[in-house]
Amino acid sequence: MLASLVRFSLIGLVKLLVGAQARWVNAAPNSEQSIYFTNHTSHLDTLALWVALPAEIRAKTRPVAAKDYWGSGIIKRFIALKVLNAVLIERTVTRHNDPLQPLLDALFSGDSLIIFPEGTRRAQAEPSDFKGGLYHLAEAFHNVKLIPVYLDTLHRSMPKGSILPVPLICTVRFGGEISLLPNEHKKAFLARAREAVVALI
Amino acid sequence: MNELASTLQNLSAQHKFYTLIGGVAFLLALASLIGWRLKARLTKQSSEKQQKIVHNLVSRVNAWWVMVAIFAVAFLAGKTGAILLFTFTSYFALREFMTLTPTKAGDHRALSLAFFVLIPLHYYLIYIEWYALFTILIPVYAFLLMPSISVLAQDTEDFLTRAAKIQWGVMIAVYCISHAPALLLLQIPNFEGQNALLLFYFMLIVQLSDVLQYVFGNLFGKTKVAPIVSPNKTLEGLIGGGFSTILIGAAMWWITPFTPLQSASMAAVIVTMGFLGGLVMSAIKRSLGAKDWGSMIEGHGGMMDRMDSVSFAAPIFFHLTRYFFTP
Repeated sequence: MLASLVRFSLIGLVKLLVGAQARWVNAAPNSEQSIYFTNHTSHLDTLALWVALPAEIRAKTRPVAAKDYWGSGIIKRFIALKVLNAVLIERTVTRHNDPLQPLLDALFSGDSLIIFPEGTRRAQAEPSDFKGGLYHLAEAFHNVKLIPVYLDTLHRSMPKGSILPVPLICTVRFGGEISLLPNEHKKAFLARAREAVVALI
Repeated sequence: MNELASTLQNLSAQHKFYTLIGGVAFLLALASLIGWRLKARLTKQSSEKQQKIVHNLVSRVNAWWVMVAIFAVAFLAGKTGAILLFTFTSYFALREFMTLTPTKAGDHRALSLAFFVLIPLHYYLIYIEWYALFTILIPVYAFLLMPSISVLAQDTEDFLTRAAKIQWGVMIAVYCISHAPALLLLQIPNFEGQNALLLFYFMLIVQLSDVLQYVFGNLFGKTKVAPIVSPNKTLEGLIGGGFSTILIGAAMWWITPFTPLQSASMAAVIVTMGFLGGLVMSAIKRSLGAKDWGSMIEGHGGMMDRMDSVSFAAPIFFHLTRYFFTP
């Protein structure tokens, strides 16, 4: 009850702030299990993409968030776990944990995911190089669709270190799906995935 | 005729408002009906252009229903409602302007403050009727302080261009548009308690002028006025739409402090300024590389596409009324 109330207000707030209008470029919304991968420039990214998704797809799509930030404090934890239904991951790799394990579990149970393959936020229009996570997920789940997404203007709305956002209209551009080719090398695949996001700029 | 006029003029402000809303709803119902008829008459043989015009007409009319509903609710909520409505209008218009304007990281703080401090403060001044500060807050204080905040980031690249564009956006989206609700703070003798009707009159004339120019342009338009800046504006549309708006303006005198002749002249000023506003804002939009300001309002484009004529007509209408009709 409280979670859906907060969810409803959060969606309204995001729309009031950055619009988050979806545009499907040579593609149509698809409710099959997908991994949405996108450029990462601000704290608003997750919310903007999540809001832009059609409601029935949004309901089974889970953002991936850093455990050290979202897992601390009652309010942040509540929003991450109850409102956004996020998958929390460790940012540091140790000998005993595989940071991707929670993602693999989520995919195994049929959820769609929102991930940021760059790993960290950068205040620039073009995404930087992708890290390997996307490749490993694609390799483990061949049937899951990989959808490139580009978020514009958010690097201007809320760059790293800013306290107040600047309300600018963010168009969330969804591209056509890509897939891991047989025998494709990790590096080549990641470069191609990045290109698919860049092509939406 | 005279009897009708004096009956209308002697209605209470409340009743005048209901009459007006009823009239607008009637016109919209008529427009919806025409839209449906045209849509039903479309066949597979209809050209792509015809299809496009009819679909655009229908979505425009639908959007008008929503806009009129929001406007009516805000008016019924009184002065606070009307001021809040325009506060959000300015917010959305400025958001569209700044989305298309290439600003840099150094402008971040100035822009945040423009949205979250300047807009509320400016409209609050209308609310508390502090006219003197209202007129200079943006042209003096914001003009000097916004670049002063930006300069702290020490980024000199395109500094003048950035500062000028931000000031332009704030002037148009906030300062100019706010002169419409500022009509509420004018103290016009023998018109006490009816200022909301003057605001209604202004919005009705501006928007009717746009709508009628669009209708006349689509029906009879041949000669393009400014094909490069705004390909949809035609001389036939301007003359047909403009003159019918002026006639309607004259006929609406009973909700204003004006005589029928004065009301026609005011309508002429609104039509002219609205037309120029449409042209200038279209040129700005194109120089920023866009065709529409946004996509908030189905069939119309963005908020700024709907408010471009308001932004140019409001300050002039406000000051003419203030100069000639207040002591």
